[in-house]
Amino acid sequence: MHPASLPAPARLAALTAMLALLPLAAAGDFLPAIVYDFGGKFDRSFNQSASEGAERFKKETGIAFREFEITNAAQREQVMTQFARRGVAIIVAVGFTQASAVEKVAKEFPAVKFTIIDGTVDLPNVQSVNFREQESSFLCGMLAALASKTGRVGFVGGMDIPLIRKFALGYRAGAQYVNPGIEVFENMTGTTPAAWGDPTKGAELARSQFGRGADVIFHAAGATGIGVMQAARDEGRFSIGCDSNQNYLHPGSVLTSAVKRVDVAVYRAFMDAKNGTWQAGPLFLGLAENGVDWALDEHNRPLVTPEMEQRVNQARADIISGKVKVPEYRAP
Amino acid sequence: MSAVRTDPPAASASPVRDTPPALELRGIDKRFGPVHANRGVSFAIARGTVHGIVGENGAGKSTLMNIVYGFHRADAGEVWVHGRRVDLLRPHDAIAAGIGMVHQHFMLVDNFTVLENVVLGVEGGRRLADGLARARAELERIARDYGLAVPLDAVVEHLPVGLQQRVEILKALYRRAEILILDEPTAVLTPQETDQLFRMLARLREQGKTVILVTHKLREIMAVTDRVTVLRQGAVVHETATRETSERTLAEKMVGRAVSLQVEKTPARPGGVLLAVQDLEVRDRFGVTRVRRASFELRAGEILGIAGVAGNGQSELLEALAGILTPSRGEIVFKGAALVRGGLGPRARRRLGLAHVPEDRLRMGTVAAFSAQANAILGYHDQPAYNRGGLLRGTAIQAGCARKMRDYDVRPPDPGLRLSAFSGGNQQKLVLAREIDCDPQVLLVGQPTRGVDIGAVEFIHRRLVRLRDAGKALLLVSVELDEILGLADRILVMFNGEIVGEVASADATEGKLGLMMAGVKEESV
Amino acid sequence: MSAPGRLPRWADLGLLPIVSLLAALAASAAIIAIVGESPWVALRLMAAGAFGSQEAAGYTLYYATNFIFTGLAVAVAFHAGLFNIGCEGQAYVGGLGVGLVCLGLDHHWPFWAILPVAMCAAAGFGAAWAFIPAWLQARRGSHIVITTIMFNFIASALMTYLLVEVLIKPGQQSPETREFASAACLPSLSALLGRLGLNVSASPLNLAFLFALAAAAFVWVFIWHTRWGYELRTVGQNPSAAVYAGISPPRMMLIAMLLSGALAGGLGLNEVMGVQHRLLLDFPGGAGFVGIAVALMGRNHPVGIFLAAVLFGALYQGGSQLSFDLPRINRDMVVVIQGLVILACGALENLFRTPLAALFARWRHPGEGE
Repeated sequence: MHPASLPAPARLAALTAMLALLPLAAAGDFLPAIVYDFGGKFDRSFNQSASEGAERFKKETGIAFREFEITNAAQREQVMTQFARRGVAIIVAVGFTQASAVEKVAKEFPAVKFTIIDGTVDLPNVQSVNFREQESSFLCGMLAALASKTGRVGFVGGMDIPLIRKFALGYRAGAQYVNPGIEVFENMTGTTPAAWGDPTKGAELARSQFGRGADVIFHAAGATGIGVMQAARDEGRFSIGCDSNQNYLHPGSVLTSAVKRVDVAVYRAFMDAKNGTWQAGPLFLGLAENGVDWALDEHNRPLVTPEMEQRVNQARADIISGKVKVPEYRAP
Repeated sequence: MSAVRTDPPAASASPVRDTPPALELRGIDKRFGPVHANRGVSFAIARGTVHGIVGENGAGKSTLMNIVYGFHRADAGEVWVHGRRVDLLRPHDAIAAGIGMVHQHFMLVDNFTVLENVVLGVEGGRRLADGLARARAELERIARDYGLAVPLDAVVEHLPVGLQQRVEILKALYRRAEILILDEPTAVLTPQETDQLFRMLARLREQGKTVILVTHKLREIMAVTDRVTVLRQGAVVHETATRETSERTLAEKMVGRAVSLQVEKTPARPGGVLLAVQDLEVRDRFGVTRVRRASFELRAGEILGIAGVAGNGQSELLEALAGILTPSRGEIVFKGAALVRGGLGPRARRRLGLAHVPEDRLRMGTVAAFSAQANAILGYHDQPAYNRGGLLRGTAIQAGCARKMRDYDVRPPDPGLRLSAFSGGNQQKLVLAREIDCDPQVLLVGQPTRGVDIGAVEFIHRRLVRLRDAGKALLLVSVELDEILGLADRILVMFNGEIVGEVASADATEGKLGLMMAGVKEESV
Repeated sequence: MSAPGRLPRWADLGLLPIVSLLAALAASAAIIAIVGESPWVALRLMAAGAFGSQEAAGYTLYYATNFIFTGLAVAVAFHAGLFNIGCEGQAYVGGLGVGLVCLGLDHHWPFWAILPVAMCAAAGFGAAWAFIPAWLQARRGSHIVITTIMFNFIASALMTYLLVEVLIKPGQQSPETREFASAACLPSLSALLGRLGLNVSASPLNLAFLFALAAAAFVWVFIWHTRWGYELRTVGQNPSAAVYAGISPPRMMLIAMLLSGALAGGLGLNEVMGVQHRLLLDFPGGAGFVGIAVALMGRNHPVGIFLAAVLFGALYQGGSQLSFDLPRINRDMVVVIQGLVILACGALENLFRTPLAALFARWRHPGEGE
């Protein structure tokens, strides 16, 4: 019956009941959901990559998914609860800030599967996907050192948090692996989430590092990095992209990108849950699992000499085999 | 619409009767919400005359003039200028119709030169220099014709007030004003400057200009106008040729009843010294010395008047005595206590019995957004009568305010009404009630009747004299010579921060005080 | 004189906000229609999402709790003539105080002993953060709008440093402290009512809501019924009159800002002790800025602030529900709708004041139109 045919108070009551009880999925249907973090699904970086994974799943299976972009911290728990309550099979939470909400809601709904990306929640129905960003950063550091003529390279991070320090540490180790005497400049953009979206400041930091003699700069700063890469092109130096393959942005100036396959993680979580092969517990995606990598395509092919490529791929194999150990940032 | 332009007529002091009136108002009506500011106002002003408009505050003078100058639009009625009906939607229309206005508060850019101020808004042409050169020639001609000499290249803020006013008049004439409205023009002038202004107005009249003088000073009306219109409660109640009326008649028409312009009082019987000021020097916020080594004594049972043109240090003297400004040297002794050395602020001085009615009640004496009852405790809110342990005693505050309103005839007697809803006179009565209520030994009073209607002036003056007769000491600062002459028992005159002389009120005349106010020392008078 | 008549008090406080709100809703409806959703359905979803169930109402009031604290904070400063834009930072640092107390005492003291200490810490830390800009304004004339904005940034830098370097739970990626033990958590309202035998569904609404109501009552008494409130308002309305009355404006500015900061710190109680039970980055989430709109709309009066805070809570919660149920209305649309309400109720209130006043004037004096 259409709600409009009811008297007003009854209509409101009916609507409320619908809201609270109406399942999003008919019984037996498989419905996955994804909750993005503050950046939103069009951030051209982390969240967008996650969204691409979900879209790929939809395209291949024809199964629709639900999504939500949060605008404040309290919504995380609320939205996950609503998804769980209304029959969603798996919820993918993108970003480490969602860990506490996942922990709370997963406890309450033990039958619902949760996958958290970039975070760790130790519960029997939670899969914690973490990337070994230090490994791809290590390779990028090597490339930077190999390409540098001045013996000075730079790093521009977004907000100063452990995740970004992980990038920085791997990058430095890779650069020093090639050239122990190399100088590495490190700058963080800021201390608020605004640090992820300030290209102007990114460009300023890059120019200051160029001014001090750096000729390659790696950014791990979301949209701020756009400014870093622009500055590198303007000054005729090199930049290294992050998260998604950004080589195409300024061909001839972007040396490579440290790719993090968040899309693969989301796609796999959805697929495994659908096929019944999803498993709770920690999941680390590094070079070996194709979760992270360095990007080589037609846009940066001319910049990477065969020797460079050979040395980096050698190190890649050594890391996978365990011959080379990449240091990992540990929070204090 | 274009302004009606004619060549200056032959010099003639008498109104030209066969031409249409310079300005004619027909049935002007204007409301602001519940306030009926103008009620069917009609009168005509003949060309080449000086016409006075008088009325108490709130009688509708300003509204009427603002309608004529295009600031407000009348709800009903017509304005005719030189026999043509004009539509005044903006000041621009009024200027185009040949109407100029000199506001009470000058509309000048302080750091521009006279020339720049005059051409402001009518620079003419894209290049400033061309316009300025043309303006200079034109202004020199106007100055010659009307005897309005002003240094064109002086920066306005360096000019004395009288000359600034002249710049305003020049501005209007430069815009080809045929009708000049002057709103309370003498409020800021010395008696001598006032005389000069009046001579200038006579000259304008001779040249065929029409002058409208808006004022509350009846003496000035009698001195310079040809005709006078009296407004009361928004309506015209009286219109007459000036030579056929008297100050008393005008005052009665303004108030609507018989009033006494003279303060009735007996000779003072001064007692002991209550307040002694020694060698006081006061600087303002910018470090400029405003009071120079002032010394005097104030005795019980007397009113000591401080005369002077506004801005000669009286305000700062008053604020220093009240504890608002800290003197840079000197001492104030009150009831044996050294107020300056003791660092006693306004609150402590009030507790000792030194009350203060400030010069500018809206800027300092009251909080316009507060209710009457909240204003009635300002400065006394920390006294046990009004608060207990920090909590305000609402009932006591309201009752106290109602009592003060009754005693001082504050209307409407509603303690909950916002202060800004009261007329100036009623606001002032409330301030006076507040300051006198706690039985002070010394009352400092600044401009007690500024912006106060005649009926209330009478009341306030009687109260001040009654306070004196009760043995209190009053220090009265006023720029109204009439007020000083009528109230004070002794008069000190201030010029440029110094006390330049003392006169007993019996010996004081306006001329004598006027010279001293202009800086001529007592000995040479 | 030139004011176009005044509105009666009831119309000023009641009718005007409602007219503004309706205008904002009409504009929102137009936008929703353009996107291709039914405005009527969207409106009902929003209303039901905000008040349609106990849980929904719980979320609405939980958001409102933050807004009451920050709205009161802005209002108190405003009564002293100061524009405190720094509530965000003061709330952030107030929460730090709460967090430190909870982390330090949760394994040693019982709840009833921790609570008063945490409340003092929330108020004290918030007030301390407001003190420096206040002192700079009162004694050095540095403009408080500028300094409080700067202090928001400094607060954020400080908190990031502390959470990344010092307070972070060891071995963890995300910059958060460990979770407090239950002795340092404010009970949720559903738990409290459950103890009284009333069953209410769970939501983040917690004891801090009652503290917010108490704070509103306190502000009402303080501002309108104490000597200090009187002095504070005098300074705000007319500093010259304050000096004349023997009140020191710098001193009252300091007091007003300290009180303002302390009230903003109350948000820390709600978020840190009431909901998150840990210290984490950016928990004020912009509530300090929403507080400005709340104070503006609530006319700086506690009752108005309460109503405006509930309205904004409803917009937050209902808006979230709207974008959940109608994915075509994404979160940016919700922000637009919230922005329209702020615009209509705050910035544009004079848009409707003048015609309303004219209407009233005509109604009172019939037959004498313009």
